Amino acid sequence: MLVSRPGPGKSRSATLVPLAEAVADLVADGDSLALEGFTHLIPFAAGHEIVRQGRRDLELIRMTPDLLYDQMIGMGCASKLVFSYGGNPGVGSLHRFRDAIENGWPVPLEVEEHSHAGMANRYAAGAAGLPMAVMHGYAGTDLVGRTRVATVTCPFSGEELAAVPALRPDVAIVHAQEADRAGNVQLWGIPGVQKEAVLAADRSLVTVERVVEQLEPRPGGLVLPGWSIDAVCEAPAGSQPSYSLGVTERDNDFYRFWDELSRDRDRFRTWMDEHVLESVAAG
Amino acid sequence: MNVVAEPASTGELQTIVAARLLRDAGSVFIGVGRPSTAAILARMVFNRDLVLVYESGTIGAKPFRIPLSIGDGELAETADFVVSVPEMFNYWIGPGRIDVAFLGAAQVDRFANLNSTVIGDYDRPMTRLPGAGGAPEIAASCGEVVIVAPHSKRTFVERLDFRTTVGYGDGPGDRHSLGFRGRGPSAVITDLGVLEPDPETCILTLTAIHPGIEVEQVQDATGFDLGVSDDLQVTEPATDEELEALRELVSR
Repeated sequence: MLVSRPGPGKSRSATLVPLAEAVADLVADGDSLALEGFTHLIPFAAGHEIVRQGRRDLELIRMTPDLLYDQMIGMGCASKLVFSYGGNPGVGSLHRFRDAIENGWPVPLEVEEHSHAGMANRYAAGAAGLPMAVMHGYAGTDLVGRTRVATVTCPFSGEELAAVPALRPDVAIVHAQEADRAGNVQLWGIPGVQKEAVLAADRSLVTVERVVEQLEPRPGGLVLPGWSIDAVCEAPAGSQPSYSLGVTERDNDFYRFWDELSRDRDRFRTWMDEHVLESVAAG
Repeated sequence: MNVVAEPASTGELQTIVAARLLRDAGSVFIGVGRPSTAAILARMVFNRDLVLVYESGTIGAKPFRIPLSIGDGELAETADFVVSVPEMFNYWIGPGRIDVAFLGAAQVDRFANLNSTVIGDYDRPMTRLPGAGGAPEIAASCGEVVIVAPHSKRTFVERLDFRTTVGYGDGPGDRHSLGFRGRGPSAVITDLGVLEPDPETCILTLTAIHPGIEVEQVQDATGFDLGVSDDLQVTEPATDEELEALRELVSR
């Protein structure tokens, strides 16, 4: 199946809208959804808005589910998880993720797991409009037979390689430091797979720490043009308790606190009620 | 100079032994926890030029403090350069540009294969572990792999519940037939001693015990028949310099 994407044009330029409105417009029950950000720039504010809007039956895609997907899974938003590392980095387990897989709480969770290299290549293939990626990987592991990986033979060298299917999420959501009023976005620091996720997805939303008059080039800065994005929303501190380099710091204490709090279903629900459901989206 | 009041704990010695292995390495790929501490210690004490590579894409990071996650801000701020995840795996790890990789695991078998996916049956897991992360491709492609793990029967098992990462597969020749670039696991550093693959059989063998540890104690803590090297060494105790540097690093 070929999917063509429009180039720059009046019909397609990111609009600056409130987060609640953008999420309502772009995310529906049953969608496949990639909220990316590798330790850095994790779009917590957008994820929390999805929880508040009560979305269900989502296929959640993310290399490292982290606390954000732990929260969304624990709130019953997801029926499937596609991932490569489901831990609390440097701390230990993700307890809501484990409870869903081990005990089906609050709803059963289907999993499709890959290696980081596999996920990264799947996003890159999606961004390139290719049906699959070829790579060295998975060989000799029990992931073969448990996940979507196949062997292909290189037509030039005869070498056997792993093939993984492209990721094409319905919606990609990422967080960045800045956007200008035309919806052009710049992020810097650890870039993860955000660019690939946005370009692989059918629809995309970017939350930003601040809207500026003009983007100022940054060392290592990565720019996503407004015409490659559907919506841009201002969400200050929207990546906390992860961080936005140069703006906020990673709240390592919260990552440790979550390990203890999230072990208990009731304490988890109470915390989510107080800090997510009863709060209001920024913007 | 501080006086080192307490002798090294077994955990501290484990970190120091891992750090010593990086004396001559050009670059090391590290996950969080003890491997990260060992690599930062190696830069402090043995090898100023050691390039620390974290999975988050930070290459040449020079953290002052031990990071909690592999993507803490200090890693990006002090790195020589920062790359995306696809670039990290496709340009830097895959082609074998990193000399040594430090990996941990919940289970290790006699061929140094690793499980970090699940304890129990895959479809009805007793314990769901985090999963593969970067480990399968890192272990296939980096020059060599050093495994850092606590020594117990829970960790060193006869049979893995899931093979997440290949060490020597089912024995000699497997890495070659799988097309792996790297040489594979060169050592397993535990809190009791050091295991190394036998050059002929690739089976992990006890090659060093830490001071005060008995061979029998190590065998009792291992879930498979653990052979002992004819040339069994006793690990050199932590020097004052190593221990002071480690304790100072941890206290930052």
